[in-house]
Amino acid sequence: MKNFDFITASKLSEMTKINCDIDVHHLTRVEGHGNIHITIRQGKLINATWAVVETPRFFEVMVKGMSAERVPFLTSRICGICSISHALASIRALERAMDIVPPPPAEKLRLLAMHGETLQSHALHLFFLAIPDFVNSPNVLPLIKSNPDIVQSGLRLKETGNAISALATGRFTHPVSLVLGGVSKSPGKKELVTLRKQLESVLPDLDTTLDFCKTLSIPNFIRETEFVSLCNGSTYPFIGGDLVSTDGVRKQENDYLAMTNEYQEDFTTSKFAKLSRDSFAAGALARLNNNYKLLHPKAKEAAEAFGLEPVNHNPFMNNVAQLVECYHLVHDAISMIDALLDTSLEQLSTTWAPKSGAATGAVEAPRGVLYHHMEVDEKGKVIRGDCIIPTTQNNANIHLDLSALVRQALEEGKTDKEIQLLCEMVVRSYDPCISCSVH
Amino acid sequence: MQHLGFSHKKIKIGSFDFTCCEGCQLQLANHESTLPAFLELLDIRNFREISSDRYDDYDIALVEGSISREDEIERLKTIRKNAKVLVAYGSCACFGGVNSLKNNFPLDETVREVYGDHSVDTMPVQRISNIVKVDVSIPGCPVSKEEVERIIVSIATGSMINFPKYPVCVECKQRLNTCLFDLGEICLGPITRAGCDAVCTTGKTVCLGCRGPAEDINFQSFMQLVADKKLSLGDLDEKLRFYNCFEAFRNDKN
Repeated sequence: MKNFDFITASKLSEMTKINCDIDVHHLTRVEGHGNIHITIRQGKLINATWAVVETPRFFEVMVKGMSAERVPFLTSRICGICSISHALASIRALERAMDIVPPPPAEKLRLLAMHGETLQSHALHLFFLAIPDFVNSPNVLPLIKSNPDIVQSGLRLKETGNAISALATGRFTHPVSLVLGGVSKSPGKKELVTLRKQLESVLPDLDTTLDFCKTLSIPNFIRETEFVSLCNGSTYPFIGGDLVSTDGVRKQENDYLAMTNEYQEDFTTSKFAKLSRDSFAAGALARLNNNYKLLHPKAKEAAEAFGLEPVNHNPFMNNVAQLVECYHLVHDAISMIDALLDTSLEQLSTTWAPKSGAATGAVEAPRGVLYHHMEVDEKGKVIRGDCIIPTTQNNANIHLDLSALVRQALEEGKTDKEIQLLCEMVVRSYDPCISCSVH
Repeated sequence: MQHLGFSHKKIKIGSFDFTCCEGCQLQLANHESTLPAFLELLDIRNFREISSDRYDDYDIALVEGSISREDEIERLKTIRKNAKVLVAYGSCACFGGVNSLKNNFPLDETVREVYGDHSVDTMPVQRISNIVKVDVSIPGCPVSKEEVERIIVSIATGSMINFPKYPVCVECKQRLNTCLFDLGEICLGPITRAGCDAVCTTGKTVCLGCRGPAEDINFQSFMQLVADKKLSLGDLDEKLRFYNCFEAFRNDKN
């Protein structure tokens, strides 16, 4: 266990004068390529930057001229971790643009698919990417020996998330059966019953994880910011809804540009975004801050165990918010399967004809609100596409957190090594999906 | 150590990604129940996405993604120098993948469309084998974990590496699916290499050919099938272009 607060007076005076350049090239245990640069002179922060150096792929150009029905299969390839979110954001945009209304059971199945992806993604982040820092390990491998029960719980939760995605969409990564107009193949009811059993079997794994995470010391760092997420007022949001912020902004889905205000900085290939302040945050903590009362009661209990209540401004608590969401996802998936078992799954797609139009599809990807905007012509070919990624929205917030965190760490007399670790940890706590952000 | 009756040293492995979605390396962390046993076989020397330890003494380099920027070429050449066996995995590494769709548009317009007047380094997308020698190619978007696991074990034990020579159609028929051509759709199952267990067509969506051409395909007869069914050649071409796997055939056809 690390102690983030203990410091002696002599160490303090010595450390406040440190000169160092922290240069983390291709930060590890995050998805994609990003660099952290920190310059400290005479104990004063001169510069702190978060620079994304990922190679851009230009998906917005690739979709031009493509048939609408093919687009979700392309845009899902923006990200290997949140491919279901990307497919559904495109599908929602294109369906709204062409007035296609999928049958209600298909909507339920899509929501179940989102639960699977989010559970898989949160488990991957918590166990493989985030926890190693908290136990002073370069990766999860030593934990296989030192904490086998925790690793096994993590693997079972991740496997269960994948099992949901596989049953709802045909496979784990890059969904097969999410199509315009609905879902192309229905899962068998027998398979749904088996999946329900698997979900029940991981309920104890959530508690094991919670007990373990309570023993970890979470850095005490607050920087007030704005939190942006979807909000539909009746359920914890995953697909569609109004765009809201903790500073009181509320907009419709099609007004996504007014919610993101992308701009370009010279030192990074991913864009930055802002709303009411210099930066804002999206993701599990943002969803929780805007929709706390809609969490499953068991998820609220988990939040209470960590004293997590809205509006929480500690970015490190995004890790805890992900765990709280895992409780919600498992319990809610069980209820959704019960509802699906009581529903006919015969008619899962509707026929549609192309027509011209334009619309936005917003979904809550694991790392935050994701927008795809699509414009199609009367033949159903895409004229223009635009994708705004959660990590793009978080970049400015991460960048500004780094400066504030380093200043606080210098006041507390942390060494350059400790400062570097804290900086890496704060970036990882956003669970950045960098390939996504440079799509 | 022993594995499947063979004794061998732990495999020193590195995993590297270039222009891609990282979905293939994510597959390595799937099949969680057998994951600890698979990890026992490996000595992970370099794998940025999961570990902060980084060394350059790996025997096998797994390379994911295509090449689309100048600095990636040098990085790839260094990896080639360090590795005894270089494995290109995933359709982006093997063929260029969906990223290659960018090459259909003029590069300067592409950059301007997304970044305006802000300059961004990029170049036409290339497959890994255009830059360095590739020892083994494992196609798929994404790759199948079972196939990657089987091939890594084969490399470690010096066993033969085999890929199915027949097309996806065979696996699709084995799964008793209704043929999508009979439902009025163009499916690339008849010309695409099997090994995916016909996962897309089993989900009732068409094969877009992510595993590249099967061996000895009869492309002319496939074109005839599309013509006989009076299906759209524009639709066919959009599908053939999707993963950049059928360029040789598309060019012949024209």
